[in-house]
Amino acid sequence: MSNAAVTAATTSSAADAGKSALARLGEAFVGRLVIIIPYLWLVFFFLIPFVIVFKISLSQTAIAIPPYTPVLGFGDGLSGLLDQLKQLSIDNYTWLTQDALYVNAYVTSVIVAAISTVLTLLVGYPIAYGMARAPATLRPTLLMLVILPFWTSFLIRVYAWIGILKPEGLLNQLLLASGVINQPLIILNTYTAIFIGIVYSYLPFMVLPLYSALEKMDYSLIEAAKDLGCPPTSAFWKITFPLSLPGVIAGCLLVFIPAVGEFVIPDLLGGSQTLMIGKTLWNEFFANRDWPVSSAVAVILLLLLIVPIMLFQRAQARAQEQDK
Amino acid sequence: MTRKAFWLSATSAFLTLFTLGAHAQDRVVNVYNWSDYIDSSIIDEFTKETGIKVTYDTFDSNELLETKLLAGGSGYDVVVPTANFLARQIQAGVFQKLDKSKLPNISNMWDIIAERTVKYDPGNEYSINYMWGTVGLGYNTKKVQEALGTDTIDSWDVFFNPEKLAKLKDCGVYVLDSPSDILPNAFKYLGIDPETTSLDDFAKAEELMLKIRPYIRKFHSSEYINGLANGDICLAVGWSGDVFQARDRATEANQGVEISYSVPKEGAEMWFDQMAIPADAPHVAEAHEFLNYMMKPEVIAKSSNYVFYANGNKASQQFIDKEILEDPAIYPDEATLAKLFTIAPYDSKTQRVVTRTWTKIVTGQ
Repeated sequence: MSNAAVTAATTSSAADAGKSALARLGEAFVGRLVIIIPYLWLVFFFLIPFVIVFKISLSQTAIAIPPYTPVLGFGDGLSGLLDQLKQLSIDNYTWLTQDALYVNAYVTSVIVAAISTVLTLLVGYPIAYGMARAPATLRPTLLMLVILPFWTSFLIRVYAWIGILKPEGLLNQLLLASGVINQPLIILNTYTAIFIGIVYSYLPFMVLPLYSALEKMDYSLIEAAKDLGCPPTSAFWKITFPLSLPGVIAGCLLVFIPAVGEFVIPDLLGGSQTLMIGKTLWNEFFANRDWPVSSAVAVILLLLLIVPIMLFQRAQARAQEQDK
Repeated sequence: MTRKAFWLSATSAFLTLFTLGAHAQDRVVNVYNWSDYIDSSIIDEFTKETGIKVTYDTFDSNELLETKLLAGGSGYDVVVPTANFLARQIQAGVFQKLDKSKLPNISNMWDIIAERTVKYDPGNEYSINYMWGTVGLGYNTKKVQEALGTDTIDSWDVFFNPEKLAKLKDCGVYVLDSPSDILPNAFKYLGIDPETTSLDDFAKAEELMLKIRPYIRKFHSSEYINGLANGDICLAVGWSGDVFQARDRATEANQGVEISYSVPKEGAEMWFDQMAIPADAPHVAEAHEFLNYMMKPEVIAKSSNYVFYANGNKASQQFIDKEILEDPAIYPDEATLAKLFTIAPYDSKTQRVVTRTWTKIVTGQ
C-alpha cells in the first residue's frame, strides 16, 4: 500500500468517524429529548404543585382570599419576599403529632389499603392467569372485558354497590329467597363494604400488569417441570409465581397507593365510624377551612407512600445488579 | 354525513363560535346555586324579560362553594351560601355590598326573616334571603308506629333519649354529617344556650351524643333523602326541604312509604340560604338585575311552589300554593316561629373544637 493510499484511507475513515460522531450527537439529542418529556411532565404536574402544597403547609390560616398567610410575592421587592419567608413555620407538623387522630387515620388507611391489596391480588391472579392461558384469539376480547367497566363513571359504579349491598338490596333479596340466610346481612356501611368496593374498583389495575407478566412467560418451563415429575402446585410456586413477580409488585403498588388516599369508596360504602386519611384531609380542608394543616396532612401522606416505593426501587436495582 | 356536509357544518360551527366572540357585549349573568333548587322556567323568563343570558351552575355543599370563593376568581356573579358560611365569607372579603338603589323590589322582603339574617350579615348589606327552613326530624310514619306505638313525633326526645332511639335502631337512623346543625339542637335539648362556645358544654353534648351513637346507622348530609324515600331508614335528622323531597319521591314511587317532618316542640335551628354577589364578579349590573328579579313576589313564589321551602319574601305569600303556605312544617305558626333559633358562626378556634368533638362522636376516636 502506497503512502498516498494510506493517507486517503485515514482521511476517509476520519471523515467517517466525524460523520458518525455527528450522528451520535444527534441521536443522543433525540434520546435526551425523549427523556426530557417525562421529566417536564413531572416538574409541571408533580414537583411544582408539591412545592405549592408544601409552602401552604408551612403557612398559617387567615380569614382572607386565599385563606392562609403569608402569600408569597414580589410585591415588596426581594426583602419583602424574605420577610414573608421568615413567617413560615413547621407548627402544623407539630400539631399533627399532638392529636392521636391523625396517626390513627394514617394507620387505618394503610391497613385498609393493605388488606384490600391482598384481596385484589387473590381475586385478580386467577383472572389474569386464565386470560394468559386462554386461546390467543380470545385474549383481545378478554382484555377488552377487563377494561370495559371504565366506560362507566367510577362514581356510578360505586353507587351501584349501595343498591346491591343494602339491607333490602339485591344480594340480601337473593340470599333470603334462596334460603341461605333468614336475616338480612348488614354489609353496607361496614369495612367489608369498603373492601368489596376497593377490590371491585381497582381489579383492572391488578389484572393488567399480572396478565402482561404471565402472557410473556414461557410455558415450556412448566412442561419441563412436569416431565421431571414436579407436581402442579410446586411448579406454580417454583416457576410461574416467581416469573410473574414483577407483575404482582406492579399490580400491588397500583392498587395500594391510590387505596390509601381513597375518599369516595369509604364515604359511600363505609360507615361513619371509618376514619381514613382521605376523610381527615377533607375535614381539615372543608370543615375547618384549615388549608395549611390539610396541606401538612397531604405532604405526610405523600412521604408515607413515596418512601416505601423508593426503598423498593433501590432493592430492585440492587437485585438486578447482582443478577448481572 | 358526506365529507362536504361535514366541512359545511364544521365551518358554520366555527362561524357561530366566532360570532359568539364578536357579541361579547351580550349581557350575561353567572349564577351558582344549590342543585334542584329553582323552577327552571324562572330563568327562561328572566332572559326573555331582560335579554340577559343566564349561565346556571349548581353545587351540593357549602364547603365546595366556600372553597371556590376562597380560592378567588370563581367567575360567578350570584352565589347562594347558607348564612353561617356567608358570615365568615363576608369577613374574608369575598362579597361586595349590594347597591340597594338598583334593588327596588327589596321592599317586598319579610321583616321577620330579615331581622334574623342580620346576625350573619349585619344590616343585610351583602345578601338577600332566597329560602329558609329548619333542622328537624323526618320519619317513616308506619315504621315509627311499629317501633314506638305512635305515628307522630313532636319532640327531640325521640332522638336524644337513648331508650327511645334504641327502638328505632333496627329500622335505621341517619343524621346530618354537620356539627353546626346537630350540636346546637343537642344544647337546646339539654337546656343549654344553643349558642354556647364553652368547652364544658361541648363535652356535655359529646357525652349525650356518644350515648345515642350506637343507635345511629350513618352520618351523612344527603343520603337520607333516598333512604327515607325508599323505606331503608325510618328516622333522619335533616333539613326540612330535603325531607319534603323524600316525601314527594315516596309518594311518586307509590310503594306505601309515608314520610312526615316535624319541627320539635323544644325549638329547632333555622337556616337561611342567602343570595350574594362576589367582590370579583365580572357582571355586577346584571347580578343586581337578577337579584331584583328574584325578589318579585310572583317569581319567588313560583320557586317556593317548586322546591317546597319557605322564602323570605312577604309579598310573595299571596302567590304561594295553599298546601305549602298552610303547612306548619314549612311556614311555622307564630308560636313555633318564636321557638326557632339561630346560631352565630363559630370563630376558627371554636370551629376546631366543634370539628374535633364531631369526629369523636362520629368515629369514636
